Amino acid sequence: MVEFFFQAIGIAVIFLLGCVGETLTEKSGHLNLGIPGIMCVGAAGGILGVVVANNANGFLSILLAVIFAAVFAAIAGGIYAFLTVTLRCNQNVTGLALTIFGNGFSSVFINNIIKIEGDSGHGAMLSEAGNKFFLAHLPFSDLLGWFGKIFLGHGVLIYVAIAIAVVAAIVLRFTRIGLNLRAVGESPATADAAGINVTAYKYSFILIGSAIAGLGGMLYVMQLMHGIVGAELAGTVEGIGWLCVALVIFTLWKPALAILGSFIFGALYIFPSFLNVFFPDATFTFAQLKLFPLIPYVATIIVLVVTSIIGNKENQAPAALGLSYFREDR
Amino acid sequence: MAREHKEPLFHIVKRMNMGGTSKVAIRIVSILIGLIIGAIFVVALSPTSHNFFGFFGSMVSGISSTPRRLWLFLLEGSLLLGVSIALVPAFKMKFWNLGGNGQILVGCLATCAVMFYLGGKLPDPALWPIMLVASVLAGAIWALIPALFKAFFKTNESLFTLMLNYIAAILIGYFISLWYPTGTGSMSPLPHGALPTLGNTPFGKYFLPTIIFFIVAIAIYFYLRFSKHGYELSVVGESENTARYIGINVKVVTIRTMILSGALCGLVGFILSGAVHQMMSVNMDSNMGFTGIMVAWLSHFNPAVMILIAYFVTFVTRGMSQVNTDFGFTDEKLSSVISGIIFFLLIASEFFVSYRIVWRADIQKVMDKIAYPFVKACDSTDSLIKTIKVKLTTKKQPAKKEAE
Repeated sequence: MVEFFFQAIGIAVIFLLGCVGETLTEKSGHLNLGIPGIMCVGAAGGILGVVVANNANGFLSILLAVIFAAVFAAIAGGIYAFLTVTLRCNQNVTGLALTIFGNGFSSVFINNIIKIEGDSGHGAMLSEAGNKFFLAHLPFSDLLGWFGKIFLGHGVLIYVAIAIAVVAAIVLRFTRIGLNLRAVGESPATADAAGINVTAYKYSFILIGSAIAGLGGMLYVMQLMHGIVGAELAGTVEGIGWLCVALVIFTLWKPALAILGSFIFGALYIFPSFLNVFFPDATFTFAQLKLFPLIPYVATIIVLVVTSIIGNKENQAPAALGLSYFREDR
Repeated sequence: MAREHKEPLFHIVKRMNMGGTSKVAIRIVSILIGLIIGAIFVVALSPTSHNFFGFFGSMVSGISSTPRRLWLFLLEGSLLLGVSIALVPAFKMKFWNLGGNGQILVGCLATCAVMFYLGGKLPDPALWPIMLVASVLAGAIWALIPALFKAFFKTNESLFTLMLNYIAAILIGYFISLWYPTGTGSMSPLPHGALPTLGNTPFGKYFLPTIIFFIVAIAIYFYLRFSKHGYELSVVGESENTARYIGINVKVVTIRTMILSGALCGLVGFILSGAVHQMMSVNMDSNMGFTGIMVAWLSHFNPAVMILIAYFVTFVTRGMSQVNTDFGFTDEKLSSVISGIIFFLLIASEFFVSYRIVWRADIQKVMDKIAYPFVKACDSTDSLIKTIKVKLTTKKQPAKKEAE
């Protein structure tokens, strides 16, 4: 049971980063369906960072992984930002194109440029880095029993991720920058008239949001998978990315709520692997076991339906979400 | 001291109307740029070959070196056309159906279920209609679920349909392991229920499944263009309030259109499982639900353009598999990188169709000099087309009078 909560937090932070990244982007009025692709690109960037650091120093490995993941993801987000902000293209279509591109790019980049398998492959180095550096935790947490394991036993990036969510929540809620950003998302024309640089806000927060989501993709490989790069990496990260986009609706565009929401999603996502813990007596056939991965997706649908039925006027998507802003329109 | 006012480098204005030739020319230029960027990407990263022009040679040979490849190209293009045309009614209604993949997969699942459970018990010709009905129904139901919630509760349809994609894929995995409990999770072709072919040549195998989606495309074109349903759904797409005001039942239109959209995706699954593969797998949709969205949107729902774009995208995906082997890559996903790049450029080209950049006066002179030959060529082609049209119509009219 302790292991379950431990693992749930491990995956929850990936949801959290993806969700916070998408929330910041949506607050600027841009529905970024490219987030799944951006997370894939971030994963590729993170792997490159670890390979560049060459396992010399744990701190350097983690730092370079973070920087490379964020920069790669921000470049991918930059493509989206240029197409939708400057060229005012359709956001849904651009986002989907970015997801197709990002999924393919990360796969080609990891398998053909960095190379994981074979004599010159970096698979061993990555898993060593994952186990040694990314999972390194406070030495005394092992002495504190279940409390230490669940709350203090994680790698450092887990706490960084939660800090990012808290900072995002504070910036959005309590600072002038957050107020301006919300204004841009609700009514760009009004914000423009008030002297806010709409384009600058949109660009910055699409890039920041993408970088944060990219960290999520990197965390998936290096933290959750212990640096083991599977063949299905891009597909799995893309699936997680879509759940992140759905999580934004569930958490009502609030990064603080996202901390709770992502934990619930994480627990649901990891649940099928812990069936023998929850149902020690039950036996399942091979086929039945294949049905359990349905849980997070069905739960997402239920969440979408329930939030739409409750439909509170206070907690709606930014009013200008999905609409391009052109100053000379009307 | 007042700051000196500086004129910005350029500003953007809306373009009122653009000649047809310029529109086509802009798109062709963006496709070419996309292919060149893709070629540079591949050649720069390739471990074996650095032949820039070989890239294009490989792409062409990927679709045309054998009759089988050519027919597979024709078939896949028409399947993609089928998916795109299936998504068009939903998009015209501004319903973001991102669930094409899932709707195709449940179509495959229903077809295979009929083949598995009834195959051998009924003669094959009796199976075919059951398979057809089952797959179309399955696709329709898969689209009906989000449509109902959208119509009654305004539930976000794009995420709902996305989640249904994953659910469909998991269900396929479930049924494969239910049917083959000892298997490896993949399926071998089923013995009964394969759809009829015209002989064992590539032509005979692939002609019928190819042609069917052209017929579907024409039918949907007429449905959208000339039927009352088609008119209603475009009004709902333009403005829901207007639709309600003139007495259109928005809920009924939403549900009806999505059933049509899902049923057509189910039909694609029927052809995939029944005619092409006689089995199913979790990747059988080849992500056509997403690429279909690109094709439908980039063609502005114009069926002729849609055929061209669907085949161009298929050319890229099938051509890239040859590039993959020729240039020493080990990853099939290379094709989605290149098609992603081309999609970006095509999406970007939409900007130049609807907006114009006005440069600061001194730069404008330079820009005019660069762009002038291009614009002039497009304009002269436009006027040429116009004169030909005028000549054709003036020639026809006297002939009509004589007949009278």
